[in-house]
Amino acid sequence: MELTQIVLTSLFVSTTATLIASIISLIIGIPFSINRFKYKNNILRITDTLMSIPPVLMGLVVFMLLSKKGPLGHYNLLFTPTAMILAQTLLVLPIIFNLIVKQIQHSAVKIQKTCIMLGGRSFDILILIIKECKNEIITAITTGFSRAISEVGAVIMVGGNIKGYTRVMTTYIALETNKGNFEGAIKIGIILLLISFGINTLLHLLKGRDTNEYIY
Amino acid sequence: MKKFLAILLILFLFLTACSNEIKSITLATTTSTQDSGLLDYLLPYFEKDTGIKVKVIAKGTGEALEIGKRGDADCLLVHSKAKEIDFINQGYGVKRYEVMYNDFVIVGPKDDPAKVKDNASDDPIKAFELIYKSNSKFISRGDESGTHQKEKDIWKKANIEPKWKNYIVTGLGMGQVLNMANEKNAYTLTDRGTYLSMKDKVELNVLCEKNSVLINQYSLIMLNPEKINFRQHEAKIFIDWMISERGQKLIGEFGKEKYGQSLFIPNAGR
Repeated sequence: MELTQIVLTSLFVSTTATLIASIISLIIGIPFSINRFKYKNNILRITDTLMSIPPVLMGLVVFMLLSKKGPLGHYNLLFTPTAMILAQTLLVLPIIFNLIVKQIQHSAVKIQKTCIMLGGRSFDILILIIKECKNEIITAITTGFSRAISEVGAVIMVGGNIKGYTRVMTTYIALETNKGNFEGAIKIGIILLLISFGINTLLHLLKGRDTNEYIY
Repeated sequence: MKKFLAILLILFLFLTACSNEIKSITLATTTSTQDSGLLDYLLPYFEKDTGIKVKVIAKGTGEALEIGKRGDADCLLVHSKAKEIDFINQGYGVKRYEVMYNDFVIVGPKDDPAKVKDNASDDPIKAFELIYKSNSKFISRGDESGTHQKEKDIWKKANIEPKWKNYIVTGLGMGQVLNMANEKNAYTLTDRGTYLSMKDKVELNVLCEKNSVLINQYSLIMLNPEKINFRQHEAKIFIDWMISERGQKLIGEFGKEKYGQSLFIPNAGR
């Protein structure tokens, strides 16, 4: 059925993008947060800015990249789900990266020191930091996912809103509103909200007990 | 756990469905052919007949032509004769095939403040003059689409520079513009197909129609393989099917049941 496929495409594109962005953010973000080096603050400021990049602008950039006249033109990726995943990954990467770095910075350094004292290797440190800062990391990922699934500007541009192929929930809402079919648009809107709620609940369940609870 | 596996399986199936490239072409077209429902109705027949899947990207005519120029589509279905000829003269296209037409109409609020219905029910140029002189609200697509081209054309014929306080330039698709005209009690130029498909949802009346100026010709454009790399073979099959007896008959039948009249009148080869 058409609606089922739209929902599945939406989920597939947004989860894949969030997953890729999360993995990259973890691999780069953790060493980034525990090491001190030149230009660190400059890089953070750039990612800060990229956090608020308008999706249509990202859509335009990816469009130019993937169009047949662009540098990646001969891969024929424009107007495919892959293009949408690429755009969304680039869109949420700075968000997840930035949130992870800022949230774990302080505790990560402490964990690193303790770990070195106990004779841990760098890989152990990485794993331990992920374990200890699980809550912060999940919050960052949730935020990234929310941005990805609710975004319309970039996916409509690079995906083309093709029926049964690159049509996702947000572009469907845009199209149906355009046609004056507000009922259909609202229906999908509600599904979108429910899915976001479900995924947020799921991720919330993954979180451990909030450490702040012990303070009071 | 079972549920989790099921979800994984669905995702996997979905992935394979995505990567499995069956024969397909990308058609860049105007919003009106999609918003009116014509392509949703027509393409399943084409797919059944030929096994070729058509991926539709609906933009304004201007943008569709740009997409064609960049080689990001395999075939174009557009409606702006001057721009199409220009496109072919620049060497991007080989030939245009006229495939069907419908007509534009000027719609507006029921109370009709510019008195278009009384004084210019079949004269779009005079109608535009009346709207301009009465300082009424008019909403323009403003997006270089076929409809926008036609609108500019009529302003030019009426010798009016459309710049007054109530001339609203949007950049939205046809359906959205009709919604906006409805909300703002404004006049606008629309293709009949989109108007009919939205008639029940908006309180706008046709005030001016049936004039040769308002004819809205749609054509398919065969791109130039020497300049653009595209799926030439499939594109040719698509064009041939659209102008074939079967394609033309199907186009002519579209909308008859629902609206009591055809939304598009086939005229290939005529």
